[in-house]
Amino acid sequence: MANDYLLPMTHILEIRQLSKTYASGLQALKPVDLDIRRGEIFALLGPNGAGKTTLISLVCGLLRPSGGSVRVDGHDIQRDYRTARSLIGLVPQELATEMFETPMAAAAFSRGLFGRPPDPALVERVLRGLTLWDKRKDRIQTLSGGMKRRVMIAKALAHEPRLLFLDEPTAGVDVELRRDMWALVRGLRDDGVTIILTTHYIEEAEEMADRIGVIHKGELILVEEKSRLMAQLGSKTLTLQLQDPLAALPAELSPWLLKLKDDGHVLEYRFDIHAQENGIPALLRRLHELGIGFRDLNTEQSSLEDIFVSLTGKHSQVAA
Amino acid sequence: MNAAGAVPAFNARAVWAIYRFELARFLRTVGQSLLTPVITTSLYFVVFGAAIGSRMGEIDGVSYGAFIVPGLIMLSVLTESINNAAFGIYFPRWTGTSYELLSAPISPFEIVCGYVGAAATKSIILGLVILATAGLFVPLQIQHPLWMFGFLVLTALSFCLFGFIIGIWAQSWEQLQVIPMLVITPLTFLGGAFYSINMLPGVWKTVALFNPIVYLVSGFRWAFYGNADVAVGISLAATFGFFAVCLGVVWWIFRTGYRLKQ
Repeated sequence: MANDYLLPMTHILEIRQLSKTYASGLQALKPVDLDIRRGEIFALLGPNGAGKTTLISLVCGLLRPSGGSVRVDGHDIQRDYRTARSLIGLVPQELATEMFETPMAAAAFSRGLFGRPPDPALVERVLRGLTLWDKRKDRIQTLSGGMKRRVMIAKALAHEPRLLFLDEPTAGVDVELRRDMWALVRGLRDDGVTIILTTHYIEEAEEMADRIGVIHKGELILVEEKSRLMAQLGSKTLTLQLQDPLAALPAELSPWLLKLKDDGHVLEYRFDIHAQENGIPALLRRLHELGIGFRDLNTEQSSLEDIFVSLTGKHSQVAA
Repeated sequence: MNAAGAVPAFNARAVWAIYRFELARFLRTVGQSLLTPVITTSLYFVVFGAAIGSRMGEIDGVSYGAFIVPGLIMLSVLTESINNAAFGIYFPRWTGTSYELLSAPISPFEIVCGYVGAAATKSIILGLVILATAGLFVPLQIQHPLWMFGFLVLTALSFCLFGFIIGIWAQSWEQLQVIPMLVITPLTFLGGAFYSINMLPGVWKTVALFNPIVYLVSGFRWAFYGNADVAVGISLAATFGFFAVCLGVVWWIFRTGYRLKQ
């Protein structure tokens, strides 16, 4: 217990050598070490079956770990499970609600389950924050999928957790609701809640996360600041809006591996931002020599998706 | 916001939350929950009390209509205890909301207290309603009211625990019904609900003593009329024994995570 005082209190979650092997022999999670900083939004990226939900389920007590330890705000999830769990909120991936209850009753039930005294004002605040107040007396089964997802978030927030797990929070929801969810998550972070979300929408991680972890085949292969990750691993794309469309790419431009898009109106050139010679000056000179003019040009950072594919691809090759 | 260490050693609020939540479901359908057994019991009295009972002699000095009252109450209490408790825990497993139970700061003992407590409350209310209904048809006497209530509570708790185990074990709605339909109902009918096992021929009387329901019905009937097929101490010990076995199985379920945690 004395060690609790020595823990770096910047970390709200500390995972050490956490692993899970099922009775069938399937190793769903190889030993993982991970620290989550207080107040950050951490995105756990990975394809289906990579181990994201397994990791969350182990931390939240839904699965028994095969090895390792987890501390939430310094409290061990096994020895001191009551305190540890009281700090955690979980929104699982599957839509699972008490279908015959109302959002208000469901949220109040969740609060009680976590040992918190009744607080109708707080439950109202949570429901209003999720635009559920008008639906508070409706049966959950009558609500839309997006609203049910909000009910699950309301239930997870009803006991005022300090660490919130969102497992694929926007899976299957429309674009508008997804934007609302992102705003909600940012609002929670502003209130001091640490958020760990899993997603395979890379756009979501790119939009929201402070740090990103990539999990692949049960192994946490990378944890990095989002900005640094993109700077370290990214490439950029130069896009040229042509004055006159091209029917085909001239052979003289073949060294640049260009792409001709939008019926010949757009030329795209992808380049490595770390390369000493990125090829842009030479390309522009060659275009001038060929009499190909352009109205506009811009460059874009490569997306996390590119980085993700690159990372998981490389990892598979190394493993092979 | 939340303060670490705020959850006490016994999470009474969680137990109360589960208890209230389960009872709210019961109250939403209180009409059908109580009306059905009341009608069924009334029909039993019309058939066995008035139509057939009037042609039958007294058993151990008690009219046949009054004799079957404890057995009828037991029949409903056993069945409803199992059904209520099994449904209570199976439903969150089926809908997927059991994740919340597993991730909440609540111990297995507290979960059982909430679900079994609520299911037993419903069964006890039901037993008392049937008793009141019976009072409309036959003159009732309860020689040992405290013992009667004690047997009712102990039986409700034991069979709610048994129902809880079925609710954890079952992997489909069909499985949920198998044990109550194929095991409990026949055992109750053969357990002396409608007759004294002393009326059975020798070998069948011996066979009947292997039926645990005999001890419940016998002890319960003793509380009413002071007569029993087996000694009341044995009935009490058998009921406690069943309660202890169920408690042990529930403890094992949570210790191993059977059908709850992988």
